[in-house]
Amino acid sequence: MEIFDSLVVIFASAIRLGVPLILACIAGLWSERSGVVDIGLEGKMLTGAFAAAVVATFTGSAWAGLLAGVTASVAVSLIHGYASIDQRANQIVSGTAINMVADGMTALIGNAIWSQGGRTPQLPDSALFQPISLPFEAALAPVPILGPIYSHLISHHDLITYFAFAIAPLTYWALYSTRFGLRLRAVGENPAAVDTAGLSVRGLRYGAVMICGVLVGLSGVYLSLAQAAYFQPHMSAGKGFIALAALVFAKWRPWPALATCLLFGFLDALSIRMQGAVIPGLGEVPVQAIQALPYVMTVVLLAGFIGKAIPPKASGVPYVKER
Amino acid sequence: MTDNRGAAPPAIELIGVDKSFGPVHANKNVNLRVERGVIHGIVGENGAGKSTLMSILYGFYEADAGEIRVNGEVVRIRSSREAISHGIGMVHQHFMLVPPLSVLENVMLGAEGGPLLARGAAAVRARLAHLAKEYALEVDPDAIVGDLSVGLQQRVEILKALVRGAEILVLDEPTAVLTPSEADQLFEMLRVLKSQNKTIVFITHKLREIMSLTDRVSVMRRGEMVGTFETAATSPPELADAMVGRKVILKIDKGPAHPGAVVLEARALSVQDDRGVTRLSDVSFTLRAGEILGIAGVAGNGQSELLEALSGIRPLSAGEIWLNGAVLPAWAREPKAMRRHGVGHVPEDRHRVGLIMPFEACESGMLGFHDEKVYGAGVLFDRAAIVADEAAKMEAYDIRPRAPLLRTANFSGGNQQKIVLAREIERNPAVILVGQPTRGVDIGAIEFIHKRIVAMRDAGKAVLLVSVELDEIFALADRIVVLCGGRVTGERRPEETNARDLGLLMAGVAERAA
Amino acid sequence: MSAPHKPLPGWADVALIPLINVAAAFIISGLVVLAIGENPIEAVKLLVGGALGNLEGIGFTLYYATSFIFTGLAVALCFHAGLFNIGVDGQAYIAGLGAALVGLYLPLPGYSQAIVAILAAALFGAAFAAIPGYLQAKRDSHIVITTIMFNYIASALMGYLLVNVLRRPRQMNPETQTFPHGGTIPQLHELLKPFGVEWPVTPLNLSFFLSLIAAFVVWLLIWRTRLGYEIRAVGVNPTAAVYGGVSPARITIVSTLLSGALAGGLAVNVILGEEHRLVLEFTAGFGFVGIAVALMGRAHPVGIVLAAILFGVLYQGGAELAFDKPKISRDMIVVIQGLVVLFAGALEHMFRRPVAALLARRVSQPPI
Repeated sequence: MEIFDSLVVIFASAIRLGVPLILACIAGLWSERSGVVDIGLEGKMLTGAFAAAVVATFTGSAWAGLLAGVTASVAVSLIHGYASIDQRANQIVSGTAINMVADGMTALIGNAIWSQGGRTPQLPDSALFQPISLPFEAALAPVPILGPIYSHLISHHDLITYFAFAIAPLTYWALYSTRFGLRLRAVGENPAAVDTAGLSVRGLRYGAVMICGVLVGLSGVYLSLAQAAYFQPHMSAGKGFIALAALVFAKWRPWPALATCLLFGFLDALSIRMQGAVIPGLGEVPVQAIQALPYVMTVVLLAGFIGKAIPPKASGVPYVKER
Repeated sequence: MTDNRGAAPPAIELIGVDKSFGPVHANKNVNLRVERGVIHGIVGENGAGKSTLMSILYGFYEADAGEIRVNGEVVRIRSSREAISHGIGMVHQHFMLVPPLSVLENVMLGAEGGPLLARGAAAVRARLAHLAKEYALEVDPDAIVGDLSVGLQQRVEILKALVRGAEILVLDEPTAVLTPSEADQLFEMLRVLKSQNKTIVFITHKLREIMSLTDRVSVMRRGEMVGTFETAATSPPELADAMVGRKVILKIDKGPAHPGAVVLEARALSVQDDRGVTRLSDVSFTLRAGEILGIAGVAGNGQSELLEALSGIRPLSAGEIWLNGAVLPAWAREPKAMRRHGVGHVPEDRHRVGLIMPFEACESGMLGFHDEKVYGAGVLFDRAAIVADEAAKMEAYDIRPRAPLLRTANFSGGNQQKIVLAREIERNPAVILVGQPTRGVDIGAIEFIHKRIVAMRDAGKAVLLVSVELDEIFALADRIVVLCGGRVTGERRPEETNARDLGLLMAGVAERAA
Repeated sequence: MSAPHKPLPGWADVALIPLINVAAAFIISGLVVLAIGENPIEAVKLLVGGALGNLEGIGFTLYYATSFIFTGLAVALCFHAGLFNIGVDGQAYIAGLGAALVGLYLPLPGYSQAIVAILAAALFGAAFAAIPGYLQAKRDSHIVITTIMFNYIASALMGYLLVNVLRRPRQMNPETQTFPHGGTIPQLHELLKPFGVEWPVTPLNLSFFLSLIAAFVVWLLIWRTRLGYEIRAVGVNPTAAVYGGVSPARITIVSTLLSGALAGGLAVNVILGEEHRLVLEFTAGFGFVGIAVALMGRAHPVGIVLAAILFGVLYQGGAELAFDKPKISRDMIVVIQGLVVLFAGALEHMFRRPVAALLARRVSQPPI
């Protein structure tokens, strides 16, 4: 039973750690499927987290915070879009710039306002996204196995978490069942085909970049208004890059993206849980090995040793109209 | 020459269409009239302006001057969307398809019929079934386009146009990528479409196709519309004449050749391009010292692959290259080794291949030879030697300005070409491969370059000249091999042939010469 | 590259546009300072004063600049080959391991230990960079993604080694023992003392001169050797390079090797020159500063040295500034760095059109 309980705890923690990954990963999916490579997820996540915390601090409203976080992230996305789509910039350079500016700017402003080394004040519960209890949580709680699963894994999450889990199927549906999705998939593979079909490559890519901004902004909001109750400099701690790795690992597809993010979240949870733990016969578990696993897995996949991750053909390539 | 079929206005009428790209005058005051319900061929050599004209019609470019009428109405076509709305559909030479998507998705793209795909998909599916029946255009709507054969992909392109309600279908070199049997199927398809009163504009450089398929044919040459003929009332020789024109053949002082021993021999070469399509099959010829062998052909018929294979850039899929009586092993068929063996190469595309535009002229002037001792014996380059070497070449080849340190991109086309030529010739190679030596080069430089090539021959070098300019072939070659579709379609001596004869070989009309 | 830009006169291309781009980054930085309620001019004065106002400041400035020269060169070298190496930070981190292993376990007479440690740093950095390079060249794995992943892999690996293997006995901090004196690089104040020159105690060490030598060698390599010629050829036009008998795959691997070795210079400066032991996360993101330095210096060693010194001023002066004006924390420097990457890198052509228009107008209407 003890193993079961710790498994539930680890899975619950995996969900909490997986949520920002899911949102950021699907955000990247939208951008990259349209042909705009986004290594600036990290920076946008941070921007979203910061803006949300600041506005929630001043207004006391989680929803105002959410709106601010998403808006700020979209604004940064538009800078990346402008550089990538209109200026035909190197998208890697643009993403790198965004990561740096966001990293510095959030800490700088946070410190300038509150003089706490960039940390924002602790937010009251009312300004946070609180776990909500689904029906029958109390009734089911005593039931063995099912009770803990229901109350820890299914119920008792905040709205953003439920949204994150909904976003993968939603994205799947949007990509494969809507006009916009069809055009988006096409523009990331062969923009010339989209152009000759009389559609705007630019418009589609801007649309995708903005959706990316909304979703990754939301992942930031989750960090500061749900996972923690404040903003702290560098609090995204590389999650944007893990999301990027997950995107590659999932080969740019929504359902595998969800699964990969949960797996990576699980590994993260496991490494926290295993801190200092000793496995008989093996000795102390090197938690760093678990932490490095997502990256190693992604590299191995990229190298084509297990399957092959082929990015959308036009991703990273500015579209230049020629006959 | 034309009869107005009743009072119906022509499907397309172009009046005085003019288009320039910088210094290149691609379309000069072009007039064209395409009647409804006919298959109208447009024929011309590469670079004659056919594709530009059609791109204007499809809204890819806007003409600098002129008028477009569709069904008698003056229209402005500024985008593909507007072209589609006027009932014009285009099948591009390079398919505008999205390989990972299904046929249905490709056909729907841009014509989805609503924000959700489901309903539109059902309608398009029904429409595809209908078209399949009506025009014999069968294709599995759920197949992934990337998995289809090239012929079927082209069919998808045609279906795309038809589903969008195209009444006028423009096909740009549609058979270039097809096998002969696929081409026959395409023609069958087009005849059915014509029988349903669709108008078809068919761009090609293959006279055989014109003769077997079209009702009328317009000939373009160097950006101009030369004439329109009833196909039944014309003949391949007449068309070839109109295509090639009576160009002023530049006169070069050139004595008779004194061919020596065979230096280079191609034996049954086959070569594939990057996509695995065979571009050269079973090509054999010999090249002797002291002669210029001209390779004639319309661009894209395997000449580029031939040059790449002989210079070691592209591997052979079959065949052998013999040099000075010995077969080259595979390891020796790479650029560095070929250079060491004394095979110089002036590539067709100096911008993309032969020079490195941001490099200083002297740096471009040693590309491929940069590891030679003359440029520095030790680890470091001997800059003075490099600059002096280029300065000497600039003097000898009259390259202007005489500035070895100027960026390559800042020289004019003719002078850039001379940088390449100087580099390759000055090594004194036994064999020199020359591709399109005067493309985009001014008259003065042309003469200079031609003289140099003849001088190479007279010095006992074996020269292989690839050119799409027939007059250049005539002016220089001692022997001519014609390529069409990656095969040798004939070999001639210049004094025994004429432009018309070669034009037919180039168009693949004549049977393979014995 | 393929973007249709009107040609500009050479001087505008080489000097004016880059200057405008960097100026834009600094103007926006100034506005940020203004927005948080401080006076930008005063801030610049404090910053420059802190960095260059006294010998101690200068010592720290050049110490930082040393790191940036190395990482800037590492990034730039790959730029020349058409590669984006985001993994300089991780490569430098692993290079630190090489230096430390020699410092800890390879006792050699005198400073020969330091020399071997330098070589080990270069070797470890090169080896770690070569894996993504090899994967790019032979398996077509995008080097940007793999080098990002390798940064984190380096971080995990080093974390493990420092906590579990190399940590000094009976010590909580994840750091190794101090290297013997011969395994370190002498600092300037020690060197000048015998000559009676009193240089303040700063971490500035001989690595600074090593970095200048590296800059000169990179310049020689890129513009005066066959390898450099081939690197540039592949970077600018791989098709022409193949025509010229150059193998892009080989150049990709060689370039990443050299880049990784240069990244090792950061470890040399920090680990051998200042810390004298291996510490956790000693690279402090300086590998990423290299991106800004390389872009700002237009991938030219002279530009890189100048840009690195500027960033040295920013890092040292920024620390002083943050002390005097706590509102302008050191994060301001990261902001500037990001803005430099944005304007000198991503948006480098943004001002091109207006400048071209302006210049064209001047040419067409000469002053009477």
